[in-house]
Amino acid sequence: MKRFLLATAAMFTFAAPSHAETVAIINAKVVIGDGSAPIEKGMVIFDQGKIKFVGEDLALAAGMRIIDAKGKYVTPGIFAGFSRIGLAEVDAVKGTNDKGGGKSGFSAALDVAPAIDPFRSAIAVNRTAGVTRAVVAPEADSKIFGGQGAIADLGADSSPVTKARAFQFVEFGEGGAGLVGGSRSALHTAFRAYLREAQAHTSGNDAFDDDLLKMEDAKALQSVLRGDTRLLIHVEGTNDILRLLDLKRDYPAIKMVFVGASEGWRAAHEIAGAGVPVIASALNDLPASFEQLAATQSNIGRMKAAGVKVAIGMIDDRDAHQLRYTAQYAGNLVSLGKLPGAKGLSWDEAFAAITSGPADIMGVGDRLGSLKAGKAADVVIWDGDPLELSSAPEAVFIDGIAQPLGNRQRRLRDRYRTPQEGTLPKAYDR
Amino acid sequence: MRLKIALPLSVAALALSACNKAEAPKTTSAVPAEKVAPAKKVDAPFASTYKAYPGVSTVVRNVTIFDGEGGQINNGTVYFKDGKISAVSGPATDAELPADANIVDGTGKFVTPGIIDIHSHLGDYPSPSVEAHSDGNEATSPTTPEVWAEHSVWPQDPGFSRALANGGITSLQVLPGSANLMGGRSVVLKNVYARSVQGMKFPGAPYGMKMACGENPKRVYGQKGRMPSTRMGNLAVNRATWIRAQEYKKKRDSGKEFTRDIGMETLAGVLDGDIKIQNHCYRADEMALVLDMAKEFGYKVSTFHHAVESYKIADMLKEAGVCSAVWADWWGFKMEAYDAIPENAALIHNAGACTIIHSDDENQIQRLNQEAAKAQASGRRMGINIPDADVISWLTYNPAKALGIDAMTGSLKAGKMADIVLWNGNPLSVYSRPDKVWVDGALLFDSSDPKRRPVSDFELGQPGEGDVK
Repeated sequence: MKRFLLATAAMFTFAAPSHAETVAIINAKVVIGDGSAPIEKGMVIFDQGKIKFVGEDLALAAGMRIIDAKGKYVTPGIFAGFSRIGLAEVDAVKGTNDKGGGKSGFSAALDVAPAIDPFRSAIAVNRTAGVTRAVVAPEADSKIFGGQGAIADLGADSSPVTKARAFQFVEFGEGGAGLVGGSRSALHTAFRAYLREAQAHTSGNDAFDDDLLKMEDAKALQSVLRGDTRLLIHVEGTNDILRLLDLKRDYPAIKMVFVGASEGWRAAHEIAGAGVPVIASALNDLPASFEQLAATQSNIGRMKAAGVKVAIGMIDDRDAHQLRYTAQYAGNLVSLGKLPGAKGLSWDEAFAAITSGPADIMGVGDRLGSLKAGKAADVVIWDGDPLELSSAPEAVFIDGIAQPLGNRQRRLRDRYRTPQEGTLPKAYDR
Repeated sequence: MRLKIALPLSVAALALSACNKAEAPKTTSAVPAEKVAPAKKVDAPFASTYKAYPGVSTVVRNVTIFDGEGGQINNGTVYFKDGKISAVSGPATDAELPADANIVDGTGKFVTPGIIDIHSHLGDYPSPSVEAHSDGNEATSPTTPEVWAEHSVWPQDPGFSRALANGGITSLQVLPGSANLMGGRSVVLKNVYARSVQGMKFPGAPYGMKMACGENPKRVYGQKGRMPSTRMGNLAVNRATWIRAQEYKKKRDSGKEFTRDIGMETLAGVLDGDIKIQNHCYRADEMALVLDMAKEFGYKVSTFHHAVESYKIADMLKEAGVCSAVWADWWGFKMEAYDAIPENAALIHNAGACTIIHSDDENQIQRLNQEAAKAQASGRRMGINIPDADVISWLTYNPAKALGIDAMTGSLKAGKMADIVLWNGNPLSVYSRPDKVWVDGALLFDSSDPKRRPVSDFELGQPGEGDVK
């Protein structure tokens, strides 16, 4: 009966999490998330949703809720560097899929913020796996500019958006060329033309060509041109990356971030030199297309070694449902350390690539992504090494609020623990 | 990610590929028929020309062994020579080691049988994933038992090398896609590059036939305005086809002259019990219907593939002796995958039914061991403790049984093919990778020797050629 009550609360009462309390997690192996080594016997205190203290275990003031982690890992929640979470319940069921702009005619102006639905089951499923924040991007399905993405939290509440209109998304390379009608020369021409039109609109130019760009789209791109909004660019191939770096010289104010970048390692020094950060796919190692011929799992390690600021993201890789793969991908990069000739990340670097890394790249590292005083108390207590396949969270806090760890999948699991019906059909078992 | 037929994009591609189709043939076979005398035995065409590559007799010692059938030997010894496993045992003294063998110290390392993926489209949907390579679905008729997946396999798919080097895959079943109710014959391959598909075919492996339940066939053909457009249509078309197969078999067995029909030969082979049914089916209720359909026509389903709801009917699957080949946690990408749960594999295993982890994916085939580890952990968190050695059987012996090759490979038993992976740590850890992979005793991947890393023709002379991947 108790299980019934708890589960019901978790499933249906989105206001269930308690207000942000003062919590001290003691006796913990604390991972700050900035790439530093774990504090073996550490503690984390948070209050009013913010981290107050992280460091060696201390004697405690009264009036706090004490959680003894018994030596377990305590880390910042995982920050998914690229996702489409909250934008789809079932990808192939159109009515539930809000990733793209479809035939709306809009592009850069599209804003995913109101479409991110905190009640999508993927939010709870991935929260259960320790993912607490995510970059949420639109899909560019009709024009190269997909629209404005957001930073979201995965909390069990009704307001998922941490930062709306946090970036603009544009599809480059083969995908972008296809969207403008079929070639890279067309893509570059279109890209420059869109930006010029946006500029023209800024200056109140009557020559503004609204066949090319809607007024709302132009406004959204102005923010990109000013450098107020980051431009996340999906690009995979070496030449496309290098030509984007050329473009950057023509538009120095644009804050570019590369996404995907399977061949990034081949242009690592140029990317580092240009100061463009990369949210890379971690495990692409197949020539899935002719712009990914040189893909290798050593890509991130090599870029990092060359001085590129790099984090892990999952573009077009189950990005509305399986952010729980993020830690597994990071663990795989650690495993490369034992493989002759491969270049991976150290454990500490790998964990940073899924916490502070994406937060810093997205410009929210001052308040998210690591366990440092003043930042949001997104904290996870794990039952083991968080990058290991066998591990799972025991407790998840978002903005200091303890989160329910139930979800629809667990309800199904519990119903069918024994597959046979009992005295009533399964439909009565809950 | 490339879901075969799962997403609208693929549907569009399918619709395109069918635009110029002629009227559907009345028989299942559109290929020219040949009259055969009743007594004439048709030689197996496209026979395997695979030959094991030379190896040296080898001992791996001081190693943890998972034998594939649930056995674990700590500080064990594996000895293989002439392409076959000679002995698997506990610690061996120096004096006990064969004088002529190459000795590999496995301290801190693990040995498993070669990993077997029962559900792959490598070669049929190869990399690069371009339209010209899209050869996995003959989506012009809902029943195409006459097509054979091996005729689409491009032996230069770079995916084979990744599956070997990162996944320790030594054998795999390449299946037609799931656009059709009856998608055609599958083929079991050794994961060894060859100039022809015949050079990769697993010698002596039975054929399989792909069937598909649910959303894909009804969507693909419903959109073309033809049957089936519903799940009831799926079943009706299947049953009508099985009736014709029974009639064909009767004719074939009657001793009178008859006209060969390539598709019907495959279906009759299923009814004979020679060709194994590999059935894509997500939902529990649909699997239950298929089990009854199989009873009605007297055939057996070897394995339900994807089977995301097997946990709801694990008892029935055990009773029927049907395996489930599942992902660890794929979910939510289509409606029939909505009730998938990460505990599926553990619940199937816990009910005593046959459990297999499969990939259906050119990326996850590189880490079936990791997928199995996640499924094991999900089970443990609900109180189902499955030992590592049993979990390894999900990737080795169980798929070998489901494919009918278990007498030859799938476990480390004397006399079997020396298909062996040496892992640089516990294969159920995210931190472990294949160190060496032997196929029939030949060392075909060695992580410390770039020359033992296959590079397909496609990658030769390209950026990244021969790189660690």
